[in-house]
Amino acid sequence: MSQIKPDARHVAPATDSAVSVRNVSKVYGDVQALKDLTLDFPRGELTSLLGPSGCGKTTLLKIIAGLLPATSGEVLINGRAVNGPGPDRSFVFQDFALMPWATVLRNVAFGLELRGVAKSEREAVAEKYIAAVGLAGFEQKYPHQLSGGMRQRVGLARALSVNAEVLLLDEPFSAVDEQTRRKFQEDMLELVQKEKKTFIFVTHSIEEAVYVSDQIAILLPRPSRVSEIIRPASFRDKGVANIRRDPEYLDIVDRIWASLRNYVE
Amino acid sequence: MTLFGRKLPALSSLILWALLWELVGRLELTFFVPPFSEVATTLVGLIPTPGFLSALGVTAAAFGAGVFFAIVIGIPVGILMGKSRVLDELLLPWVNIFLSAPLTALVPVLMVLFGFGTRTVIITTTLFAIWIIILNARAGVRQINRSLVEMARSFGASPLDAFFKVYFWAALPEILGGVRIGVIRAVKGVIIGQLLISIVGFGALFELYSSKFLMAEFWAVLIVLFGLAFALSEFLAYLERKVSYYAASRG
Repeated sequence: MSQIKPDARHVAPATDSAVSVRNVSKVYGDVQALKDLTLDFPRGELTSLLGPSGCGKTTLLKIIAGLLPATSGEVLINGRAVNGPGPDRSFVFQDFALMPWATVLRNVAFGLELRGVAKSEREAVAEKYIAAVGLAGFEQKYPHQLSGGMRQRVGLARALSVNAEVLLLDEPFSAVDEQTRRKFQEDMLELVQKEKKTFIFVTHSIEEAVYVSDQIAILLPRPSRVSEIIRPASFRDKGVANIRRDPEYLDIVDRIWASLRNYVE
Repeated sequence: MTLFGRKLPALSSLILWALLWELVGRLELTFFVPPFSEVATTLVGLIPTPGFLSALGVTAAAFGAGVFFAIVIGIPVGILMGKSRVLDELLLPWVNIFLSAPLTALVPVLMVLFGFGTRTVIITTTLFAIWIIILNARAGVRQINRSLVEMARSFGASPLDAFFKVYFWAALPEILGGVRIGVIRAVKGVIIGQLLISIVGFGALFELYSSKFLMAEFWAVLIVLFGLAFALSEFLAYLERKVSYYAASRG
């Protein structure tokens, strides 16, 4: 069964955490986007940030990435405070953020290029991850020659190729069609298993969050705080094909909807 | 363009205008307009002469130098203005003033400041071209997708890397558009410079032919100038089209 913990601040992390968010607040002008938010992200697991639009989940992700400064509080990666982007984290963007003038190969290798890795070496790494996301043979294509789903695979390969410990994904599948999305979600599970990285995944889809996550943090808006943390327990090892009809999966989806429905305009 | 259901080759409208020119010339309405055939013959005879070739060389050198400085200074300044609020607030009013200012009226001031030599001609050429290049580079940078900027940051790009590997390329379609218009304005700049500041190159030829009423020669040089400017602008438009595919897919 799942264990549902009503208040994040009183929860001891199940395993050690790769990322800890401690009492983070974010104020834009006179809008309080995040208020005193505390959350732990267990190492090697996928945690979803789920909530209605405007709940600050992308803001939180960008603060973890170091792209936005927190107004107060801190983010710790392996115990070290974040002040800016770093090689221990990599980001997958909602709109892919690929360079249209560069081939798939150069796009995927770009993180390593910026770190000064030699061309032959970084291209070897990039080729490996291009194959890992299922794009072998597309190395010399340009982004505008690919479909939306394929472009996001490029974004994913780029994030993987820098070998960061923490992957931050900002609604990565929201701009691709439903079928591609489902395939992505299945691949995602495989990737979490294989890569042993900590994934932080922002989504507004309840089904997607429950399907891919080891831990789901429900964020409620205005100002944002963590309202509950759900850890699905039983269906993770039943195989990708069986998850969507597992009773626990269906239960959790229903329960999350029940708690979020009041916040949907 | 089609005529009687047949597709006419590009530029065929020019043939019509040449015919009209020929007609007006033959009617001998004014000595300013000799027949087109006479101008064309003069043109063919004029091009291989040492006088013409050296004038072409002098003008091309001043033009090339002026455009070079306009591009090398204009693009980075435009990109920096697009990235920095402070710099933008400081420089934008001046860029807008100089863009619309009648620069020809400033030429005497430039002569006082920089003398009567080629240097002043080059500065004039640069001043004609640079403002639109700055404005377009600025506009190009300002429309760069925010997530592309965040991408560069999150993967640890240094400011220099971000500039040369991301911002420049992301703004390239707009930058090339600015360079194309700037180059056309630079043609104006270099001729005005060579007419008003130091009477050399094509400026000297225009001066010579118009003062001696050698209208066929005058028109021949003008046609060469139009031709060169047109070819240059078409080449840049071609480069622009080559990168425009990603202007649409930058979203």
